[in-house]
Amino acid sequence: MSMTSIDAALAPLIARIRNASESRTPLDIRGGGTKRFYGEAAQGEAFDVTGLSGISSYEPTELVVTARCGTTLDELEATLAEKGQCLPFEPPHFGRGATVGGMVAAGLAGPSRAAVGGVRDYLLGASLLNGRGELLSFGGQVMKNVAGYDVSRVLAGSLGTLGVICEVSLKVLPMASATATLRFEIDEAQALQQLAVWSAQPLPLNASAWWAGMLVIRLRGALAAVNAARVAMGGERVDDADANAFWHGLREHDDEYFAAAHRAIESERAMRLWRLSVPATTPLLALAGEQLIEWSGAQRWLYSAAPVNRVREEVARAGGHATIFRASDKRGGVFAPLKSPLDRIHRELKKAFDPAGVFNRGRLYPDL
Amino acid sequence: MNAALPTENATALRRSEIAARRAEVVAELSTLLPPHALLWQREDTVPYECDGLTAYRQQPLVVALPETDAQVAALLRACHRLKVPVVARGAGTGLSGGALPHELGVTLSLAKFNRILKLDAAARTASVQCGVRNLAISEAAAPHGLFYAPDPSSQIACTIGGNVAENSGGVHCLKYGLTLHNVLRVKGYMIDGEAVEFGGEALDAAGLDLLPLVVGSEGMLCVITEVSVKLLPLPQTARCIMASFDDIRKAGDAVANIIGAGIIPAGLEMMDRPMTAAVEDFVHAGYDLDAAAILLCESDGTAEEVDEEIGRMLDVLTASGATRVEVSRDEAQRLKFWSGRKNAFPASGRISPDYMCMDSTIPRKRLADILLAIQQMESRYGLRCVNVFHAGDGNLHPLILFDANDADQLHRAEQFGAEILETSVKLGGTVTGEHGVGVEKLGSMCVQFSSEEREQMHAVKRAFDASELLNPGKAIPTLQRCAEGGKMHVRRGLLPFADLPRF
Repeated sequence: MSMTSIDAALAPLIARIRNASESRTPLDIRGGGTKRFYGEAAQGEAFDVTGLSGISSYEPTELVVTARCGTTLDELEATLAEKGQCLPFEPPHFGRGATVGGMVAAGLAGPSRAAVGGVRDYLLGASLLNGRGELLSFGGQVMKNVAGYDVSRVLAGSLGTLGVICEVSLKVLPMASATATLRFEIDEAQALQQLAVWSAQPLPLNASAWWAGMLVIRLRGALAAVNAARVAMGGERVDDADANAFWHGLREHDDEYFAAAHRAIESERAMRLWRLSVPATTPLLALAGEQLIEWSGAQRWLYSAAPVNRVREEVARAGGHATIFRASDKRGGVFAPLKSPLDRIHRELKKAFDPAGVFNRGRLYPDL
Repeated sequence: MNAALPTENATALRRSEIAARRAEVVAELSTLLPPHALLWQREDTVPYECDGLTAYRQQPLVVALPETDAQVAALLRACHRLKVPVVARGAGTGLSGGALPHELGVTLSLAKFNRILKLDAAARTASVQCGVRNLAISEAAAPHGLFYAPDPSSQIACTIGGNVAENSGGVHCLKYGLTLHNVLRVKGYMIDGEAVEFGGEALDAAGLDLLPLVVGSEGMLCVITEVSVKLLPLPQTARCIMASFDDIRKAGDAVANIIGAGIIPAGLEMMDRPMTAAVEDFVHAGYDLDAAAILLCESDGTAEEVDEEIGRMLDVLTASGATRVEVSRDEAQRLKFWSGRKNAFPASGRISPDYMCMDSTIPRKRLADILLAIQQMESRYGLRCVNVFHAGDGNLHPLILFDANDADQLHRAEQFGAEILETSVKLGGTVTGEHGVGVEKLGSMCVQFSSEEREQMHAVKRAFDASELLNPGKAIPTLQRCAEGGKMHVRRGLLPFADLPRF
């Protein structure tokens, strides 16, 4: 594993950032462009980083891969799969050409999130360009590292507001030796209760989804553990091909529920697809609209024409926060507003990394 | 630590300045705290002069032991107004001097924040005050069939607040993650006394994910008073393999082979021969004293899962050239296997007047390289070093043995330690895996990070604490300090073009 790698694509990016900072020209950082629907509207000149591409190092026995931001998720996942490894948090691609940098900037994880952790939990290190055009490296390629502030992990979900994510090192894991999907016909309240009971037991529960009277769960782990859990949990076994299609559809938002949500958004301006992040044991949320529950109750999707404040208040009461995931009308703010002192810390951090405010201005919050 | 002052007069002047400042701060804080919660007489503050890194000592200006959140907030407001540095302190078990007092600062002991506020078995979470001991959380969770996973060796004494400050690990973090991965929410106060909350009871919070900055921030961004942690279902059973190797390189390769076979053991630890001899003498666990290295490989889960995994690990270990393997028959024997590893530090204390514990991490495959390099350093510095590793995640704990009464030995031990850290950075690793930088590794931080990177970290601190009063001088060295130390930054990561050679 070489300690450094050279990429000629960096020099022009650095020059452009310095110019932009000097002239205070906002830059709109672009990878594969598959997640442009997410967040507040992009502003500024297109700043394409896909030229910074390729897997810099991959050591299967170290469980670490280092890749440049423009590397496609397809390439990364195929490389890992060759060695029987994977990104266990199942990042959504949302289209062809999704990149590693975009995955980190969006910070989104798929169905297995509650069981295995999210993007930030697998980020070991990152090289980024700050607003002064300085190339900085934080974290590293080892699992345990507490030298200095853990800046790299803050990049997960930062939507590019702190800097240009140039290269990241990710922890990877072996693919589980066994998987099984089970389904149960139960209502929402029973599903939430059942998930809480199962989650408190040492079962290899890896993913769950409830929608329209059907709870689907995925077991993943050692063969013996999956087989024992299948017997203990009951339900109806879903055939592997159908199960894979189901979880893939959920991860990529192209299954029946999300297709219906997307149609509703197109036909009705007030319709929004919400991502509600709540404590897993939150009881039914009394909100009009169609809900799909993932992450053992911790993530709830809602498409609804309910007013923004109504949704936010209900979710805040439960101890969570609500994000407008997809909508044509994003007034009221995509992300739940921050209270003091978090709003101040956000502004100060933005200034610390990007003093001229050039990177993805307004994409996370209007004043960042 | 403290630069020698030129003359006795200057020292006397300094003393009187400190005394005056002390009187001023005591007068102010005594209006906010009950009399028993404020210590400033020398005999009362002695126990607070150092943490687990006893080689560094400093008398604090004042020690405050608030009992309520309101008192913490009021104290911080006062310190902020008076521009008094604040050093938060938990159980004082830290090994890097993160809680070393500031000469002109208040040491803020959070020992009285020791209540478990809520344990929600259905949600598998616990909210506890920062001064609750790590092990106390697992003990409270056990009746519900749950536990708190990170288990640093000091878990009977160390507090969750300190664990959050250092992002502590333990022997099971290969499988269960570090403190960061097991914490949902941190509540506390900013330097100006404003209440703050990072994370939440949900799996993510709105805006930037600031929890990874706060966890491991060594008390430099805010003062933590309450922590909500995830609890996990207790594994039904656990078994451990003890494997001997006649060659350190074979043992290192066996570690890589286990991971390469797709196994993530619950624990994967290594001890070298001198360490094994020291612990065997202490705990009499029946360790193989002829082995060049011993590996402890643990599997946990359901009985079926453990049988399957133990079988696979035995195959890999045997194929990797283990000279002897033994699987724990029962819980008593499993704990016996672990007793030596868990007692590595006290056992070292028995064979040497003092020891200095290092804590770097390297890529796993470089284990043998660093061990051989350490062997060469032993003869160069004329000091012995015994080694324990969290081999699964490449985290080393070389224990350098020395006698602190001999100033030259202390000096050589420090040089030895610094060279281990620098070598770790050169091998692609980091200067601290779980103990933190504190004051101990400030010099080594200059090797790992460039001046721009360190300056960016200072800017992060100022974003939280513009007054720079929270634990000043720790964790991130100043530009000046690195310049004086003369250590060259080791470049790593991506570069726009090849570095010009510098001589």
